[in-house]
Amino acid sequence: MAQNGTSVSIQDLSLNFGSVTVLETLNLDVAEGEFIVLLGPSGCGKSTLLNCIAGLLDVSEGRIFIKGMNVTWEEPKDRGIGMVFQSYALYPQMTVEKNLSFGLRVAGTPRDEIAKRIARAAEILQIEPLLQRKPAALSGGQRQRVAIGRALVRDVDVFLFDEPLSNLDAKLRAELRVEIKLLHRKLQNTMIYVTHDQIEAMTLADRIAVMKGGVIQQLDAPQTIYNRPVNRFVAGFLGSPAMNFLDGQVEAGAAFKTGNVSIPLDRYAFDAGGNSSGPCVFGIRPEHIAFGEAANTMPFAIDAAVEIVEPMGSDTLVWTKLGGHNFSFRVEAEKTLRNGEPIRIGFDPARASLFDTQSGNRI
Amino acid sequence: MSMANIAAPTIAVSGRDSTGPYGPKPRRMFSRRNIFLYGTLFVVAAYYLLPLYVMVVTSLKGMPEIRLGNIFSPPLEITFEPWVKAWSTACTGLNCDGLSRGFWNSVRITVPSVILSIAIASVNGYALANWRFKGADLFFTILIVGAFIPYQVMIYPIVIVLREIGLYGTIWGLVLVHSIFGMPILTLLFRNYFSSMPEELFRAARVDGAGFWGIYLRIMLPMSLPIFVVAIILQVTGIWNDFLFGVIYTKPDTYPMTVQLNNIVNSVQGVKEYNVNMAATLITGLVPLIVYFISGKLFVRGIAAGAVKG
Amino acid sequence: MTEQTARRPSRLFRNLNAKIASIPMILNALVIFLGGTIWTIVYSFTDSRLLPRLNFVGLDQYRRLWVTPRWLVAVENLAIYGACMLVFSLIIGFLLAALLDQKIRFEDTFRTIFLYPFALSFIVTGLVWQWILNPNFGVQHVVRSLGWTDFAFDPLYDSSIVIYGILIAALWQGTGLVMCLMLAGLRGIDEDIWKAARVDGIPTWKTYLFIIIPMMRPVLITTLVIIAAGIVKVYDLVVAQTSGGPGISSEVPAKYVYEYMFHAQNLGQGFAASTMMLLTVIIVIVPWAYLEFGRRK
Repeated sequence: MAQNGTSVSIQDLSLNFGSVTVLETLNLDVAEGEFIVLLGPSGCGKSTLLNCIAGLLDVSEGRIFIKGMNVTWEEPKDRGIGMVFQSYALYPQMTVEKNLSFGLRVAGTPRDEIAKRIARAAEILQIEPLLQRKPAALSGGQRQRVAIGRALVRDVDVFLFDEPLSNLDAKLRAELRVEIKLLHRKLQNTMIYVTHDQIEAMTLADRIAVMKGGVIQQLDAPQTIYNRPVNRFVAGFLGSPAMNFLDGQVEAGAAFKTGNVSIPLDRYAFDAGGNSSGPCVFGIRPEHIAFGEAANTMPFAIDAAVEIVEPMGSDTLVWTKLGGHNFSFRVEAEKTLRNGEPIRIGFDPARASLFDTQSGNRI
Repeated sequence: MSMANIAAPTIAVSGRDSTGPYGPKPRRMFSRRNIFLYGTLFVVAAYYLLPLYVMVVTSLKGMPEIRLGNIFSPPLEITFEPWVKAWSTACTGLNCDGLSRGFWNSVRITVPSVILSIAIASVNGYALANWRFKGADLFFTILIVGAFIPYQVMIYPIVIVLREIGLYGTIWGLVLVHSIFGMPILTLLFRNYFSSMPEELFRAARVDGAGFWGIYLRIMLPMSLPIFVVAIILQVTGIWNDFLFGVIYTKPDTYPMTVQLNNIVNSVQGVKEYNVNMAATLITGLVPLIVYFISGKLFVRGIAAGAVKG
Repeated sequence: MTEQTARRPSRLFRNLNAKIASIPMILNALVIFLGGTIWTIVYSFTDSRLLPRLNFVGLDQYRRLWVTPRWLVAVENLAIYGACMLVFSLIIGFLLAALLDQKIRFEDTFRTIFLYPFALSFIVTGLVWQWILNPNFGVQHVVRSLGWTDFAFDPLYDSSIVIYGILIAALWQGTGLVMCLMLAGLRGIDEDIWKAARVDGIPTWKTYLFIIIPMMRPVLITTLVIIAAGIVKVYDLVVAQTSGGPGISSEVPAKYVYEYMFHAQNLGQGFAASTMMLLTVIIVIVPWAYLEFGRRK
């Protein structure tokens, strides 16, 4: 993947609607050919940011560069972007072909050039048989493909996706997810993709920007975000089933205490070398917990009792208590456990995350 | 496969540019677009307001000033005499007691009509929405189709019916007519509103042992205040503004305001007193105008629903 | 919804309260709307004069109707008025709605101003415009007094254009409603469509013309039907503004019906004329109802 130079650069971007701040002094550099996912709960400003990049919203402060050109005041059509919407936004009275060509015809692109581009887009997206149909006669997946095609024929460097798969059912969503990934590999252009679905984010992104309250919380590769979340919000937002959080104390950087349990922290890599002490939250993912025999090989192991068993098909989630807190872990689906059964669990504190109780930041 | 170089930017800036466009795109307040937009809107608004303005100024002028001046100029000398005359002494035929009689007739017609038509239609709409019975849809369809039939086809049969029951020419006869013609739209309005309420609410009440009237009075009614307001707006303006039914089904003594107004202004005898005419017109228009300006958005909702009435 | 009990009451009494509540509707639908309409149609084939009587004369009333100059003028007026009203109120209403849809300031104020005439009765509307169009005091007089002494604008006193004078008043009264319906239609369009069009670089007017208006077809058709239903019923406006004059030049069918039923004491003519009005409405409504509801099944 050729990642040379910056494709989209956002500098000190702020957006206010009256007294409401939607985006706050936001900075983001997207490399050429990179697939960036903006991830966050609804109302976090991710779609707003995308609309600012597209030029559909006027910014209050800051600059936006696309391909090194300052496009802050440019019209959307002059920014070299293509956009795909959640509701597809196809023109319902036009055939697929007209939908693809309308913008080009208005822009005065020569006929044969239009035909060439449509043929190419239709081939890439495999929508050739649909060209003479109207959107109403297409399925959801086909409509979304046409919507992508409309961005494709614009022959642009940057693709913007605004929750493109949210209106599709789970099965179709998984299929199109793969197709978008293949499309990116084929075209190798920059893609900025907004979603609230963490699986889409994890599977598609080169880097994920997790957003909350108009601020990017963390911008990193999916694995880094998953393994080393910078704060409690990011840790809790990613991962399903969710991370276990235990409230307690760090004692001189050596151990974490909650209830009558003490977890040694000598293997834990503190951020910025700070051996803090005081109230904090200990987070560990259910899938990082070993069980039974394997637990005893872990640096930390403890006895517990099964409280609730939730079979999920591919695996089973088991709930227990640790230091008085609800605590879940994953076991293979084949394992049968009964309520109240005594068990032994263990984990490596190196895979855990510690957050300051007050600020929620990683320590 | 590369398609990246077609839309290549003209100015390539490698580093960070700290001088280029920053923040919101500057927009001039007096851009050509804005001048055109607001200019058009103001001109059109002025056109729409003109008749109201002419009514007001004419009604405040004396007759000599009207004969000399032009209708758009504001009154030099404001007089309320035309209003007084229009209200209490303007003549229609032999009667010379002004519009006040028509006004009170209209009140006596409108109030019971509004209450009766809404009472019938709301209970009916509730029955159609929650207590469907066999055949109900058929009658409802006839009713709705009936809303599109020109009144002219039905007015004479109604004359006969009213004559048979002894209400022809009375205020109560007209009340009945308004209830008849208000029924389609009001029933539709209430039926749709009650249908949109959660079915569970209705079921829960039935499980608790409430009956037809109990559910209507204690559950549906308190929850449907907005739709009642919409219905009242719709009916008050509609009935107050009616002319055709008034002229057909009442006698000169019981004429509603619109009919009396038309008789005052378009009477052929005597000298035309334009200021009195305009004062009378304005007084007649005042009730729906007040309803309109107070109700605001609800009025819009009402006409969107009631537009079918035509 | 009805419970199954062991001893079931007779079918007629099931759901009795709902049936009682529906009696006014049932009576109205059967006696007035259905019965009244059929009654009028039947009596339109009789020679009823002062009182209705069942002495059938076939199509005589219709034959006479279509040779009566007054009716022909009325029909011609309705055709002109109807066509102009449809075209102009749709165009003006849509343009106003589009202007209000530009995220302007004082939108509520403008909407209130454009819609207030709709709250007024046709009588009030007709009388105001009668006054404004009065040649001796109104617009014509004012323009003449400004120096253009040859200026002529007295539509209400010129039998060849009187119907346009009525049209002016009707448009003033009715376009606000069209605007409101159109505005609701515009607001109902997916915001993403506008965004997509902007990204595609399509100018606003082209977006309206080629994308938005085609998308508003259902709203347009409903509005059309509403306007059309209003056109056929036009009566009060003419009575207030011109009383059908000068002469018979601003007669309309609804007025013809009224005159023959209640003044000329020629009920048969009135019934025949009103049946013709019904026929016109059916011609307008049936295709629409078919398009609107028929296809869904």
